Amino acid sequence: MIASTLISVLIVSTIGAGLASLLVVSEHLIANYGQCRIRINEDRELTVQGGKDLLSMLTAEKIFIPSACGGRATCGMCKVKVLDGAGPLLPTEEPYLSKQERESNVRLSCQVKVRNDLRILIPQELLSIREYTCRCERIVDLTHDIKLFRLTLVEPATMDYIPGHYVQLRTPKYGKSREEVYRAYSIASDPTEKDIIELIIRLVPGGICTTYCFEHLKEGDAVTINGPYGDFRLSDTDAPMIFIAGGSGMAPMRCILHHMKNTGNPRKVIYFFGANKVKEMFMVDEMRRFESELADFRFVAVIANPDPGEAWEGETGLVTQAVQKSFQEASDYEAYLCGSPGMIDASIKVLRDLGIAEQSIFFDKFA
Amino acid sequence: MSLGAEVSQALIVCVAAIFTQNILLAYFLGLCPFIGVSREIKAAFGLGLAVIFVLTCTVLLNWLAYHYVLVPLGLEFFRFILFIIIIAAFVQFVEMVVERYSPFLYQQLGVFLPLITVNCAIMGASLFMVIRDYSFIVTIGYGLGSGVGWFLAIMAMAGIRQRLATDRIPRGLQGPGITLIIAGLMAMAFIGFSGVLQGR
Repeated sequence: MIASTLISVLIVSTIGAGLASLLVVSEHLIANYGQCRIRINEDRELTVQGGKDLLSMLTAEKIFIPSACGGRATCGMCKVKVLDGAGPLLPTEEPYLSKQERESNVRLSCQVKVRNDLRILIPQELLSIREYTCRCERIVDLTHDIKLFRLTLVEPATMDYIPGHYVQLRTPKYGKSREEVYRAYSIASDPTEKDIIELIIRLVPGGICTTYCFEHLKEGDAVTINGPYGDFRLSDTDAPMIFIAGGSGMAPMRCILHHMKNTGNPRKVIYFFGANKVKEMFMVDEMRRFESELADFRFVAVIANPDPGEAWEGETGLVTQAVQKSFQEASDYEAYLCGSPGMIDASIKVLRDLGIAEQSIFFDKFA
Repeated sequence: MSLGAEVSQALIVCVAAIFTQNILLAYFLGLCPFIGVSREIKAAFGLGLAVIFVLTCTVLLNWLAYHYVLVPLGLEFFRFILFIIIIAAFVQFVEMVVERYSPFLYQQLGVFLPLITVNCAIMGASLFMVIRDYSFIVTIGYGLGSGVGWFLAIMAMAGIRQRLATDRIPRGLQGPGITLIIAGLMAMAFIGFSGVLQGR
């Protein structure tokens, strides 16, 4: 019994090995395209062994092009511009490329084979996704459960990001947590300070990463982040804007406001920021400063349930109610939302009722 | 069985595999590329041709491997593994050769080869060939017929979907949803063929 099992396994393995070696030999003889050079964005050159697809070659060189299907031409995400050397457009790519993309040489990198020298263009933001080591410079209490963490980048020393982007923070093993975890936090700092990343983090009871940040992370500690990621960002229109945020949703808004100030952006902004109690409201002074520094900016702080003893002169109620009160209709506005899924869903409903088109509502939902 | 009888048997099996026993619409095998690549007629045509070629060749290779290797050794139960290995190796090999020596053919057909390595219609046809105990000549007809049947189905679907592109479809049904519904309707139409044969 055992002998016959072994023999049969052996036979099938032999056949498999035979076919595999046939493939290896023929790959060596037939699919040998020699050394190929890939020139990226005209400033970097890779020398690779030709024969494979561009996507896997770039991944091997630690250039990460987003791809969900793993190179089978079904997700259409791995687009790059290939200026030279890709050969004609393949039928597998056609369904995923618009007319403009075809004309500007956009290709699916999983379908383009590297068989000769290539010249390609990759968006700078994809090239800059990498791991950064930082030092935790300062930790500031904003409310009883929200802190601001100011990180100084050490290696690499600067990060280019678009306001609205987020980074992933690595939580090392600590206490009961047995494995490293990554959590995403939006960048809250002034983009001109390229060596600084500020994060606004709210303590999630029982959360692995937030508990680490609140109870274990000390000023001066080393921190590892990677990024930047994300597609939450200002559009390039000049439509007036409504910002709605709650809690640590302040982070991307603050970054975007800094950016608007730095670039002298004249767009109109009304920023509704919600908190439950007066003692949970933060950064009001800083937002008031933006009101005088930006061309047309108004900050509306909204407290949902002020305690009887708390002195509060501003808006009360839900942040969505404050939005409803301020507008009859807002069809020419764009809206930018950041906060809990509940808040975002409620806000989208209100904004749609005010006549804002779905494609003019941008949001960053806490998952 | 005489050669003549075998050939006519092969023809019957071939026609049946195209219409009444269509591997896609009667057995629902090979659905992933069917849904993924049926958006444009051109791509569907290339993929369909590649399936015809690969299906015919691998069914024959697997017939040989089954009857001349597995059966004499009494290892029929290994056919699942062996068939998959043979299909994968064959597809890779063909892709390499085509890519190197015929850029035109590669551009038209070769690019689809990796997509169908793991197409279950290919594997399914090889297994049916064993279950139904086809002879070599009948297997030729069966492989060809199954491939042509798959080709017809995806071409029909691509034609329908090109028209759908400009139609207003409820949001929840867009993409794969409506495609699966259409596939179901097409399958019912193909069942009609078996009615034709039975009523004869």
